[in-house]
Amino acid sequence: MSESAVSGAPSGHANREPGGFFVGAYRVTSRNMYVWWRYAATSAVGNFGEPLLYLLALGFGLGRVVPKLGGMSYAAFIAPGLVVSTVMYTATFEGTFGSYTRLATQKTYDAILATPITVRELIAGEVIWGGIKSSFGAASVLVVIRLFGLVPSWLSLFTLPLGFVSGMMFTAMAMGITAISKSYEFFNYYFTLVVAPMFLFSGIFFPLDKMPHWVLVFAQFLPLTHVVEISRALVRGTPSAATAWHTVAMLLILVASYAICSTLLKRRLRI
Amino acid sequence: MSDRAAVTAEGLRKSYGDFEAVAGIDFRIERGECFGFLGPNGAGKTSTMRMLQAVSEPSGGTLRVLGLDPVRDGKRARARLGVCPQEDNLDPDLDVRQNLRMYGSYFPAGVTARRVNELLEFAALGDKQKRAIPELSGGMKRRLMIARALVNDPELVILDEPTTGLDPQARHLIWQKLRELEDRGVTMVLTTHYMDEAERLCTRLVIMDHGKILDEGAPRELIERHVGHEVVELRIAEAREREVLGGLDLAGVSSERAGDMRVFFLPRQSELADQLVERARRADISCQLRNAALEDVFLKLTGRELDE
Repeated sequence: MSESAVSGAPSGHANREPGGFFVGAYRVTSRNMYVWWRYAATSAVGNFGEPLLYLLALGFGLGRVVPKLGGMSYAAFIAPGLVVSTVMYTATFEGTFGSYTRLATQKTYDAILATPITVRELIAGEVIWGGIKSSFGAASVLVVIRLFGLVPSWLSLFTLPLGFVSGMMFTAMAMGITAISKSYEFFNYYFTLVVAPMFLFSGIFFPLDKMPHWVLVFAQFLPLTHVVEISRALVRGTPSAATAWHTVAMLLILVASYAICSTLLKRRLRI
Repeated sequence: MSDRAAVTAEGLRKSYGDFEAVAGIDFRIERGECFGFLGPNGAGKTSTMRMLQAVSEPSGGTLRVLGLDPVRDGKRARARLGVCPQEDNLDPDLDVRQNLRMYGSYFPAGVTARRVNELLEFAALGDKQKRAIPELSGGMKRRLMIARALVNDPELVILDEPTTGLDPQARHLIWQKLRELEDRGVTMVLTTHYMDEAERLCTRLVIMDHGKILDEGAPRELIERHVGHEVVELRIAEAREREVLGGLDLAGVSSERAGDMRVFFLPRQSELADQLVERARRADISCQLRNAALEDVFLKLTGRELDE
């Protein structure tokens, strides 16, 4: 046995002053990124796979019988939405199944919270990680739609920071659900009642301004709607005053869902 | 309150809604000692540990850990604590070595590769450092948990039931490791419901039940105070006691009935012990004479009935 494995009467510890908020959050983020990197190959398939199928089936399949929308092909119409629907799904899976596994199944959060890292830092680190992973997802779909020639504007590069910010928003929303969840089954409600309707009714697949007014109003309450509108403006290269409004709306939802999820998780973790 | 103490608690309470898990306890843990919390399940041990770890907030009373207020200064306190919780929460996404490295990265000072090597050696896991966590045996996981609790070179190590669920070989190895720490002057707090564990490791301990401390002292002290030196257990029905034990001078002798057993607690080298054994032999009753142990104290104080 090594004599130096543990010190004698402990004294004179150097540098024990804990770092600030972002140092703690960064350590949590880097833990997740490190683990993700080890399984990166498998998660990459999920990133391109599904949006590619939607693009083929709907964009090029259904698109053959759909007239041009505002001067663009149907595939070109839905492509920007697929970038951010990937963000939503990536973030939501991370914030539900991923977080819940670390919270309840693996007790990773308990282990981390026994160290100087605080609950607030832990949640921030998780949310930031959700944003980073989502922007990877956005990047992979952006590459795919670029290869199909569906990206007319260089502004589309801004879908990466958009993926990061909206990814944090969707992660925070999902972690709010995780905080009140007793099992994985509970997430079915969230996916069926919240995520799937957002995917279908946020203006990815049909133009909201061609719908009855109440549909347009309803869609404003779906967080994904704002992100789809921003993404389309960036990919098409047509930002406007409306894009600014959608950005503000997205940021407000991010702040609100972060506040809610951190209150709920604090209650659950600091018993 | 001197700075010498590793932990001091006065009137410490913790409640969850209407349920009072810890109902006002006082204790003082000196630096360099191994202090035990004994009690049946639900006695409030784990709740107390979580407050010491600066993870859960006390509902009342005062608590100082390493001279700090664990609520206001939790982050700073946790930087100087080592924690080995009851439930294994190793990171299954990482291998053995990475578990130590990653956990070290959560601390301000981080952890060096050299320190990780030392800890792997200490935990006798040097040749298993690339193993995945699910491949480890229960004993290996525990040793890794203990090694992990030491990454930040803590001044106080908190162990919640360190050997629960392990086989005898694994338990002995863990005890050996903990005694090594003790010999080096590391302050330890441990909970257990294994009496032999407490007797082997603890310099002082408290016995808890229903959120209260029933008594406190060194293991030997507690045994002498509550049960004396020798114990005679007779397997005898209550109805036959008069017939078999009649005529013996049992006045003033502490005894208890436990199901089909009558248990006598006797002072050192009592003649009564021999007499009881002799009576049992003649009546052909199963009988055991043994040294008093912490378990007798525990059962005497917390009751023999299951309380769940």
